[in-house]
Amino acid sequence: MSYLYFPGCSLKSSGRAYEESMLSVFSTLGLKINEIEDWNCCGATAYMSISELKAFALSARIFALAERQMQASDRADIVVPCAACYLGLNKTRHYLAEHPKLRRKIYKALNAANLKYTGRMQVRHPLDVLNNDVGIEKISSLLVNPLEGVQIACYYGCQLLRPYSDFDDQHEPSTMDRLLKALGAEIVDWPLKSRCCGGSLTGTVQDVGLRLSYILLKEAKKRGCDVIATACPLCQFNLECYQSRMNRYYKDKINVPVAYFTQLMGIAFGLSPQQLGIQRLFIPLKSGAGHVCL
Amino acid sequence: MSTVGTGSNDKCKIGVYVCHCGINISSKVDVSKTVRFAAKLPHVTVSREYKFMCADPGQDLIQQDIRDGRINRAVVASCSPLMHEPTFRNTMAEAGGNPFLFQMANIREHVSWVTLDNTAATEKAMSLISAAVERVVFHQPLMPNRVPVHPDVLVVGGGIAGIHAALTLADAGQKVYLVEREPSIGGHMAKFDKTFPTLDCSACILTPKMSAVRAHSNITLWSYSEVIGVDGFVGNFKVRVRRKPRYIIEERCVGCLDCIEACIYKSGKVPDEFNEGLVKRKPVYIPFPQATPLVAVIDAKTCIGIRTGKCKMTCIDACERDAIDLNQSEEINEIEVGAIILATGFKTFNAKRIYRYGYGKYSNIYTSLELERMVNAAGPTGGEITLKNGQKPKAVGIVHCVGSRDNKTNKYCSKVCCMYSLKLAHLIKERTGAEVYNFYIDMRTPGKGYEEFYDRLLEENVHFIRGRVAEITDWVMTPEEEGKLVIRAEDTLVGVVRRVPVDMVVLSVGLEPQPDAEDVGRLFNISCTREGWFLERHPKLAPVSTFTDGIFLAGACQGPKDIPDSVAQAGAAAAEALALIDRGYVVLEPNTAYVQDELCSGCKTCIDLCPYGAISFDDEKDTAKVNGALCKGCGTCVASCPSGSLQQYLFTDDQIFSEIKGVILYA
Amino acid sequence: MPERNDIERFFDPKIVAFFCNWCTYTAADLAGTARMTYAPNVRVIRIMCSGRLDPQFVLSAFREGADGILIGGCHPGDCHYQEGNYQALRRFILLKRLIHAFGIEKERIRLEWIAASEGDKVQRVINEMTETVRRLGPLDLEPITKKVIDYMSVTHHEMVSISHRGSS
Repeated sequence: MSYLYFPGCSLKSSGRAYEESMLSVFSTLGLKINEIEDWNCCGATAYMSISELKAFALSARIFALAERQMQASDRADIVVPCAACYLGLNKTRHYLAEHPKLRRKIYKALNAANLKYTGRMQVRHPLDVLNNDVGIEKISSLLVNPLEGVQIACYYGCQLLRPYSDFDDQHEPSTMDRLLKALGAEIVDWPLKSRCCGGSLTGTVQDVGLRLSYILLKEAKKRGCDVIATACPLCQFNLECYQSRMNRYYKDKINVPVAYFTQLMGIAFGLSPQQLGIQRLFIPLKSGAGHVCL
Repeated sequence: MSTVGTGSNDKCKIGVYVCHCGINISSKVDVSKTVRFAAKLPHVTVSREYKFMCADPGQDLIQQDIRDGRINRAVVASCSPLMHEPTFRNTMAEAGGNPFLFQMANIREHVSWVTLDNTAATEKAMSLISAAVERVVFHQPLMPNRVPVHPDVLVVGGGIAGIHAALTLADAGQKVYLVEREPSIGGHMAKFDKTFPTLDCSACILTPKMSAVRAHSNITLWSYSEVIGVDGFVGNFKVRVRRKPRYIIEERCVGCLDCIEACIYKSGKVPDEFNEGLVKRKPVYIPFPQATPLVAVIDAKTCIGIRTGKCKMTCIDACERDAIDLNQSEEINEIEVGAIILATGFKTFNAKRIYRYGYGKYSNIYTSLELERMVNAAGPTGGEITLKNGQKPKAVGIVHCVGSRDNKTNKYCSKVCCMYSLKLAHLIKERTGAEVYNFYIDMRTPGKGYEEFYDRLLEENVHFIRGRVAEITDWVMTPEEEGKLVIRAEDTLVGVVRRVPVDMVVLSVGLEPQPDAEDVGRLFNISCTREGWFLERHPKLAPVSTFTDGIFLAGACQGPKDIPDSVAQAGAAAAEALALIDRGYVVLEPNTAYVQDELCSGCKTCIDLCPYGAISFDDEKDTAKVNGALCKGCGTCVASCPSGSLQQYLFTDDQIFSEIKGVILYA
Repeated sequence: MPERNDIERFFDPKIVAFFCNWCTYTAADLAGTARMTYAPNVRVIRIMCSGRLDPQFVLSAFREGADGILIGGCHPGDCHYQEGNYQALRRFILLKRLIHAFGIEKERIRLEWIAASEGDKVQRVINEMTETVRRLGPLDLEPITKKVIDYMSVTHHEMVSISHRGSS
């Protein structure tokens, strides 16, 4: 199986560990990935809140580039690991399908760059691909280093699920739980799986952002989690990098590692720490995950 | 069926009557223009307009024209034929005309009410009028068939609606078959503790009616039975009923409970349906103490004796009356009835579908129906409201609109939940003294004494928080919340998100159609709404009738309803059935198919197409033959006839071809 | 609504609809009762069941000048007469091929299952159908096609007239 791949800006910068681990896991599973050539920003939330049209045009360009590069893949799927990109691209797909007026404007814009959009490309998250295209059975067959005794709290965040996700329940997601459980981990049952982490507020209205992240960490810790698994570079960043600031602010001593679910999968597959970008984590994995991790 | 008189050979004189319907039609359609237009159409001798054609003076216009010999056929352009075709056919007949030399043009439902532009509406009305005029030329004078009505009635469903309908009919002297799927009649009402707003005990008012059903000489009660086949038509239904084996000989059992006592299971093994699974019952059981009939039943799925044959069968020895028969098999009974009342009720919303409310995940979250059983003195806790740990709750949250008024589940309001939530709040407060929090979207308390009951609850210091609940979790943030269920909701009156810690949550689940409502609808040949409620013939003027004559609706199978409404509707359905039986006959629409022998090539294409077996082959004449008594008038055979030999009265090829010509030529 | 001079170049298609009495006609009544406005181009002819729809009705309507034909019946399994709508579906598939052979675009006929409670679907389908046919433009039947259809219906009318002679 081969897919087109849209990394987005995060996976090339703050979220490099996500890209490294995802690519390693995919290649272990025999999935081929072709990065879309000349890709641009997805538009994300910043563009969307200031100029919708430009945001849609940016996303539409990605689709159009992907369509041009279709022959490089055997299916019309773009794998999008970043939750914000996933939301932005999916939103564009829906809006272009449902609003002919907008579609005409976007067509015009793409036309100026000699590009075409037909709406055939699907947006797929790695969780979706791993659960539905690869399957738990195949994944557990590659297990060499079971994550035994590791308490993992799966955290999906908000953008991945709402409102467009069709591969998982929007309020009670379970795809990540199933993957990591199959690799031997113990899954912490908690009700905050899809609660907001604070998102970009952490950078703008910090006390609000910090509070939201702190609620998540505190609850996960309370339920005995060793490591939080995420599927979004922004969530990972918020939850991991601000822990010392939270501790000062709330007079607490939280110290929970926050890893990409792909990193944890890679560990279970027996891949090397370098292949998974483990060294890029600020809070070392071994503190929480014990012997299994490293 | 046959054509009558010589009307068809008379010179065709058509009267066209255009109705204003107050301003319903005339505000969009230029009525005078259509009248002038109609006057010039072929064969039209009279063209008039009137404010309300269906009123007496309007009908008089037609009758006078017939009596004066000005017309012998009529077209009325007004509302839908489904509304007033019978009215105007009567008008024709009363004045000595043939009722079928008449055609309606639907210029209200299909024109004035759905068209924005006046010019376009007038043009559309004119084309429909011209089509009707073209068509009525080809109408034949017909004589409708009269068929006697069988006086017995079938009532399906033994909840309060079915019980009330059956008793009303039986008291009027009619024989009634009451068929109930469960082992006992009583339905949902038998499970309730108190009824709103009067707080009278549900069992106290229902049990006498259940006993009356049992005792009534005019009622044949078949519990644990299902209707599996319905044939025939209004006045003459043939119904097949499957009587499931209850492995107890009903006539011998006196409900002494000895067999239940003697069952090799010393305690319950199976979730007790009547108690909403809060406790367990044995494979042999009587659903509840007031069950009617008071006869035990053995659940074949869980009884070891029936399943494996390897059981000491202590129950058989225990029964002094030899009432147990583990080899009983199902029975199919065939009955004939003239009318059928469907009172198949509802089911409650499955609270697990809203995962955020934690039902089935956290303990001490109950549905309203489970709480009804819990507060009932005959229920699993003897009427005590307790938590799983045996303690009394100090705070209880009641969540309204679970599965109602929600785009993701059901859009409609379930109508009864606000009131039963108030009732439960009162009972919880009364029994436990707990703080009770009602989370509601809007309080809906229209009804006699309902708003007063709400006022009373406000004075009882029950809390009301206006906001849909977001989630119920065990996620606690403060020491006070520790060990509690936390309800999060936006209090829209204050404008803040609130976290309310409680010990127990009651989910006020909405009402949904029975899971097999669509199948039942098909069985009885009636339609369902998109949600699955049975569709009434008219929401206001024929609320208990259906589009299939002779089949009536009662209770919540037609839509969410409380007890008073269900009873009122059951009475209405009984009255409609009585009206049908009392008249003694039905007039069938003479729209059956017929064969023109000289055109029939004897190809037999039509014979297999008829779902009613109404077409046979006449070997002597070498032609097909339609049995008018069996034909229902769909016309499928007519459309399939390669030689055009088959025709359908009221829908002949000529009539439809001329209608097609009419709508196009003059538009 | 378009201005008067706009109407000159504005094509208002004529669409004939055959609705079954129990589901779709009732749904159209419901749309009326609920005042759901829709395009005025469709003229509804009531038949008891979509199974009554003789393919000749459709051909004859095209011959008389209809630009499109809409057929409405009960949902599969919900037919008032058990299975008339399945017959309608079979004939519809045949009809599509037949009109295609006559050089008529397949989009000019449409079959829809509309239940008695689906007034909003009547509104949507009629609006869509009107737009579809408007885009296709007026139906311009070849003279030879008209002749073929005429021939077919003439034979039919002759049969009927024989029958009338026979019975009197």
